[in-house]
Formats: sequence, structure tokens, C-alpha cells
Amino acid sequence: MTTITTPTTSRSTSTTATRVLGTVALVLMAWVVVSGLFLTPADVVQLESVRIMYVHVPSAWIAYLAFVTTAVASAISLFRRHRSLGFDRVAGASAEVGVLFMAITLVTGSLWGRLTWGTFWQWDPRLTTTAFLFVTYVGYLAIRRLDGTPRQRARRSAILALLAVLEIPLVHFSVVLWRSLHQEASVLNTDGDVRLDGLMLFTLFSGVIAFSAAFAWFVVHRQRVAAMEDLRLTSGLDVALAERRAEAIPS
Amino acid sequence: MIRRTATAVFRKDLLIEWRSRALLTRVVPFAVLVLVLFAIALDSEPLVLRAGAGLVWMTTLFSALVIVQRSFELERRDGALDVLKTLGVDGTALFLGKAAALIVQLLTLVVILVAGAVVLYGVNVEPSALVLLVTTALLGSCGIGLVGTLYGGLVSGTSGRDTLLPLLLMPVTAPVLIGASRATESAFGGDAIDATTAWAWVGLLAVFVAAFAVAGAVSFGPLLDSDS
Amino acid sequence: MKDVGFIALSYVLTLGSMALFAVVTVRRARSLSRTIPDRDKPWL
Repeated sequence: MTTITTPTTSRSTSTTATRVLGTVALVLMAWVVVSGLFLTPADVVQLESVRIMYVHVPSAWIAYLAFVTTAVASAISLFRRHRSLGFDRVAGASAEVGVLFMAITLVTGSLWGRLTWGTFWQWDPRLTTTAFLFVTYVGYLAIRRLDGTPRQRARRSAILALLAVLEIPLVHFSVVLWRSLHQEASVLNTDGDVRLDGLMLFTLFSGVIAFSAAFAWFVVHRQRVAAMEDLRLTSGLDVALAERRAEAIPS
Repeated sequence: MIRRTATAVFRKDLLIEWRSRALLTRVVPFAVLVLVLFAIALDSEPLVLRAGAGLVWMTTLFSALVIVQRSFELERRDGALDVLKTLGVDGTALFLGKAAALIVQLLTLVVILVAGAVVLYGVNVEPSALVLLVTTALLGSCGIGLVGTLYGGLVSGTSGRDTLLPLLLMPVTAPVLIGASRATESAFGGDAIDATTAWAWVGLLAVFVAAFAVAGAVSFGPLLDSDS
Repeated sequence: MKDVGFIALSYVLTLGSMALFAVVTVRRARSLSRTIPDRDKPWL
């Protein structure tokens, strides 16, 4: 009977690369917090609420980056024979991280909107499309959890991801056309008319770098966890097969 | 070959539907009931009149969920889909056939719901708006039918399909909902939307239909293969 | 002052949720790593 050996010391998902990434992310993040909250000046128009931008804008960028990563990894997973499951795991990990950052984007955006416009939500194209993108992601994650082999999961979710690449521009364009009928809404600029210069711009830029490093760190670790989960799945099957074969041997 | 297979699948689906009359005896009453409930919940005749177009398409969307689920449930039962796959039925043909059958059912539903809006909400359709209305109904049904078949196939046979399909379909059908509602609103004599804008929406629907017709035809085969 | 509250909340939620994700992932990674021999881990 075979058992999975439990080594006395085993290494987890960290490697030198991830430690570097993690350190960079943490240091930059600390700088962004200090600078964003205390060092940068308040904006002329938005006053203090501009400080939310330093976490909101990078989150939004990374959420979109994650979506693109999922789409590209899904395409590669579908069209390549070799290592297709590895790319599928990257797609899945990126989507989870994307949902996280998209949620952060929507929540911080809401809070910012409440302070700046007085409302938590605006039916403008960018916000509405972001909300749809969020729901699409959630659906993608749900389909990954359906029972099936890793290969089935990979195929199904890759197709869904590529359909999402088709769907999101269509949704965006529909909403743009839709909201153009309601001229009053465009008075409130979702960018907030901020002229960023000097320290503000640098802090925002640092934020994007920090969040990107964090994104990479998250995806690498999450993807490695997924690899181990898949290994467990297949090795569990191997163990079961070995046990069944052992039963067939007359003792 | 594809056309013959697609036609065969199309006729099979409609024949099953005709024999069971599920659409006519269950889905249509449900849909009309939803129209009535909307009127009751909104409790304002001018509001309901204004909202009529949107309500027609929202109701169509909800009913589509039911029809799609049923369409794939039929395939799953008795392993019908497996038989089709074993026979080597082309994925594209299967997709087009099932989508066409679904579109016919949805179109029937839309016609009945528009009649319902005329009767219940006091909507007035000018003869001049008839072309717009028919085109919108056609394209809207095609849009929902195509993505319904595609996503229905994606979740068919899986354990989460009942709750997952609505979640997946709602974002995708948003352009159809927006476009068809605005165009229909114009056809119903809404002042907010002029003819040019209405036909722009029809254009958007056409793009949507073309995009998902191709996407579905291309991906339905690989989609079914993944279940092996 | 609503401003300060909302700003602080934004930062807390952002950093907090990221930290939570990190902690959950690392813990899962560690517990899974113990059950799989190092030679089977492709990144090592």
C-alpha cells in the first residue's frame, strides 16, 4: 500500500523571487500610505478625499491587469497542448486576485464618490462596466468550482474567459451609448478633475508599482497553491488505483 | 452537412416543445403574470406605460432562463447529448440548431408580451413603427437565444447549473436588454428617443448577434468535447 | 468629520483585505506543502 510520505522539513511556496517581490511591495505600500495620508497636500477641488485616490486608482489598474492576464493565460491554455494546465492555474489565480482588487476598487470608489459627489454610485459608463466586469469575474470563479477534472475545468473556464473578452467591450459600448442619452450625468467627471503634480503624482505612481508587485506576489503564490491542489487530486487518484490493484493480487 | 444537421436538431427541439406545449402552457402564462405583477408593484399607470418596453424585455430575459434550462435538461436526460456526441454531430450544427429553436420560442414570447403591453399598459404602436418593432424583436430574440444556447451548453450537466446560469447570463445579455428596450421604447412612441437613435440601438443589437453567432459556432464543439 | 472616517476606512479595507488574502494563501500553501514531497514541486 502506498502512502504519501511526509517529509520532516518541506518548503512552501516561497522562493527568492517571491521574497524580493513581497519586500518591494511592502516597502512601497508603506511609503504610499505615509505619503498619501500625511505628506501629500489636499487637492484644491476635492480637498482631503483625493487621498482615497492613492489606493483606488492603483486598485483599478491592477483589477484590469488581472483581467487581461486571465484572458491571455486562458487563450494560451486553450491553444497549447504543453503546460496548458499551468496556464489555466495562472488564469484562475489571476481572476481571484482580480476579484479582490475589483471589489476594493468599487468600495473605495463608492466612498470617494460619497465624499465628492454626495452619492455612493453614479450610472456612468466606467462605473457600470466595472460593476459588470466584477459580476462576470464572480461567475468565472464559480464555474471553476464546478466538479470535473482539471482538464475539464481548464477548458470550460478558458472558453468563458474568452467570451468575457468579447462581452465586456459590448457591454461598455452599450452603456456609453445608453448614458449619452442622459446628458446630466456627464457633468460629474468621474476622474474628479484632479491635476496631479509633484508629490501627488509620484505617490500615485508608487502606488501602481506597489500594487503591481503585490499582484504578482499574490498570483505566484495562489497559482502554486493551485498546482499543489491539482497534484493532490491526481495523486489521490493514483493512490486509490494502487490500492485497488493491490486488492486484485491474491494474497 | 452542417445545415442538414442543424435543421434536424432545430426540428427536434421544436417538435419536443410542440408535443409538450411547455412554452405555451407554462412559460407564457408566467411571463404575462410577471407583466401584471410589475404593474401592481409599480402602482402608477403613467410610470408603467413609460417603463413598458423595458418591462417586456426584462420579462423575456427571465423567461429565457427557464426555456434554456429546459432545453439542455432534455439533452441531459437519458444521455441524449452523449448519444449526439457519439454520433459525431458537429458542434457548430448542434449550436445553430438549438439556438434557432430557442430563438423561435423567444420570438413567440416577445410577440405575446408586446401584445400584453398593448393591452395591459395601454401602449400604442403606430404602423410606421412596425418595422422598427419587428426588427428589434427579431434581433433581441436572436441575441438572447444565441448567448442562452452558448452559456447553457457551458453549464449543462454540471451540478451548479441551476444557479450558475442566471449569474453568467445576466452580464452578457445586458447589451441586448439595453438596446432592445431603448429601440422598443421608441417604437412604443416614446419621446425621449428619436428614430436615428433607435436604429443605432438596432445596429448595436446586430453587432451583438453577429459576434455571438460566430463565437458560439466556433466554441460549442470544443465546449462539448471538454465533457469527455 | 466624515472625510477622515471614509479615508481611513478606504485604507483599512484596501490593506486589510490584501493582508487577509495573503495570510489565507500562505497558510493554505504551508499546509499543502507538508503533504507533498519537495521533488514534486515544480517551482523548486
